[in-house]
Amino acid sequence: MTEIKQISLFVENRPGRTAKVAKTLSDAGVNIRALTIAEAGDFGVIRMVLDDPEKGYKVLKENAFTVSMTDVLAVEMKDTPGGLYEIVNTLGQNSVNVDYAYAFVTAKAQRAMLILRVDDIAKARRVLGEKNVKIATKEEIQAI
Amino acid sequence: MSGYWDPHIERMPLEDLHALQEDRLKSVVRYVYDHSAFYRQRFKEAGVEPGDIRTLADVSKLPFTRKVDLRDNYPTGMFSAPKSQVVRYHVSSGTTGKPTVVGYTKGDIETWSESLARALTSIGLDSDDVVQVGYGYGLFTGGLGLHYGAERIGAAVLPVGTGNTERQIELMQDLGTTAIACTPSYFLHIMEVAEKMGISIKKDTQLKAGIFGAEPWSLETRKRIEEATGINAYDIYGTSEISGPLFTECHVKKGIHVWADMFLIEVLDPKTDEPVADGETGELVFTTLHKFALPLIRYRIGDLTIMNSEPCECGRTHPRIMRILGRTDDMLIIRGINVFPSQVESVLMDIPEVGDHWEILVDRKGPLDMMTVRVELTSAGFSDKIGDLMKLRKKISKELKGVLNIAAEVDLVEPGTIPRSMGKAKRVTDNRKV
Repeated sequence: MTEIKQISLFVENRPGRTAKVAKTLSDAGVNIRALTIAEAGDFGVIRMVLDDPEKGYKVLKENAFTVSMTDVLAVEMKDTPGGLYEIVNTLGQNSVNVDYAYAFVTAKAQRAMLILRVDDIAKARRVLGEKNVKIATKEEIQAI
Repeated sequence: MSGYWDPHIERMPLEDLHALQEDRLKSVVRYVYDHSAFYRQRFKEAGVEPGDIRTLADVSKLPFTRKVDLRDNYPTGMFSAPKSQVVRYHVSSGTTGKPTVVGYTKGDIETWSESLARALTSIGLDSDDVVQVGYGYGLFTGGLGLHYGAERIGAAVLPVGTGNTERQIELMQDLGTTAIACTPSYFLHIMEVAEKMGISIKKDTQLKAGIFGAEPWSLETRKRIEEATGINAYDIYGTSEISGPLFTECHVKKGIHVWADMFLIEVLDPKTDEPVADGETGELVFTTLHKFALPLIRYRIGDLTIMNSEPCECGRTHPRIMRILGRTDDMLIIRGINVFPSQVESVLMDIPEVGDHWEILVDRKGPLDMMTVRVELTSAGFSDKIGDLMKLRKKISKELKGVLNIAAEVDLVEPGTIPRSMGKAKRVTDNRKV
C-alpha cells in the first residue's frame, strides 16, 4: 500500500511567504487538495496534500524552500455528528497517537476527508479497517 | 608528508633561532630609533634606548604600539623607510574610524612572499598546484598576499578575487584548481552555489585544500567543510599591519606556525601585560624583526590566542599560535558578559539541524541587552511537527547558554535568508544605542 505523501514546508512568518508557496505550485501546475498552516510565533509549518506530491516537492526544493514529505492517512469521515469521534476513538483505544489532523470537504465526495498524521500508520490503517472506516488511496486523492 | 620550503630556517634548533631573533630585535630597535621620529619619541617617553635591548627578554622594556597609533599618524607618520624605498601601499578599511595605511619596501614584499611560500609548502602545495585566490585584490592584503606566496612556490595562480561565484566554480573545474584561498564564510557560500549548480566539490573538482582566514572560524566549521567537500581546510593568519596573511597551519593542523626569524611574538595577560604560560589564553603582541617600511614594535593586534612554543611534529621549530579566539574589537559585551562571535559559531556548527549561515542581533529593550541568534534550518533538521521545532529552538538556546553564560533568543529562519558574504562575513548587527 503506497501511503499518501503530505508535503510540509518550514516558513517564516512574514508577508508574502505563503503567496510564494502558492505561486511556485501554481506555476508548476500542481494542485492543492488540502492545506493547513500551523503557526508558532515567528515561524510556521504549512502542510499540504497535493495531486502530484513528487512534482510539488521537486519544485519547492528547487525554489529553496525547506520541505519534507510525510506519510499521512486520508480517512473518509461521515459528515454527521459523531463522524470524527468514531475515528479518533478507535485510534485512541488502540493506543495510536494522532500528531495532528485536518479535514477538508470536496465537491465530488459525499463525505469529508480527514488527513491524519499518526505515530503508527500501519496499526492505524488496520484498526480503522476493522471498523470499516474507508481509507482513501493515493490514486483517489489524485483523482479528486 | 610534505617537504619544507626553507628547511634550514624552518627546522633551526631553538637556540640558534633565539640567537637570530635576538640579533634581529637589536637591529630593528636601532633601526626604528634612527629612522622614525615616532619611535624616538615613544622610546624617550618609556625611558628606553636601543642600547638597553641586549637580550630577547629585554623586549618587555619596549613601549607598546596600537592601531590607534597608526590612525593618529595617518597616513605614513609611523613609517621608518623613506618614500623612495616604498614599493607598495595597502590600506585597511576604516570601519571604526580612519583607515590605516601600511607600506612595503621591495625586501618587505620578498619577506611576505617567503613567509607564505613556507606556509603553502607546509600544507603540501608545490609547483604542480593550481591555487585559486578568492580573497579581494586591491587595497586589501588578502588577494595580492596569497598571489605572491603561491607564485613563489611555482604554483599556477588563478587570481579570481571575490564574487562571481558561479564563474569561480566553473573555473575551478575547467582549470583543475587544487587549492582555494578565501574567507571560510565565502567558501561556505561557494559550497552552497555548487550544490545548486549540481556540482559536487568532492567528485567533480580536483580541490584538495582550502586556506581559510581573514575572519575567525571554528573547528566545528572546519569539520563541516571537510566532511562535505573532502578537502583539507587550513587556518591562515595575518593582519595588514604586519604585512597581511602570513602564516598557516602545517599539514599536522595543530596550530599556526609563526616564523620566528621574521616576527617575535608575545602572548600577554591583557590586564597585567605580563606573559602568560604556554597553553594559556592571552593577547597576541607582534614585533616585526625583518620589515623595513613599517616596522612595528610590540604591536597589540587585539587578537586572543594560545601559544605553543614546543617544536611541532612536522619538524618545524617555530612557535605556534592556536586558532584565534577572537579579536578584542569583535568582542561583544552583553549584559556585562564578554561574548565572542566565534563561540557562537562553535556551538551552532556542532548542531546538525543548523545550516552553515547565521547571524547575531543585539538590541536593548529597556535597560536589558537582548541577544538574538538567527539560524537557518536545514532540510535534514526540519520536522513538520511544531513541537519538534520548538524543542530544537530550546536545545540551541540551551547550548548557547552553556557556553556563553547568557541567554539568547533563537530564531529559526528559512535557508538562504541570511545575507551571504564574499569577503569578511558580517555576523553581528548591534542595534544598541549607547
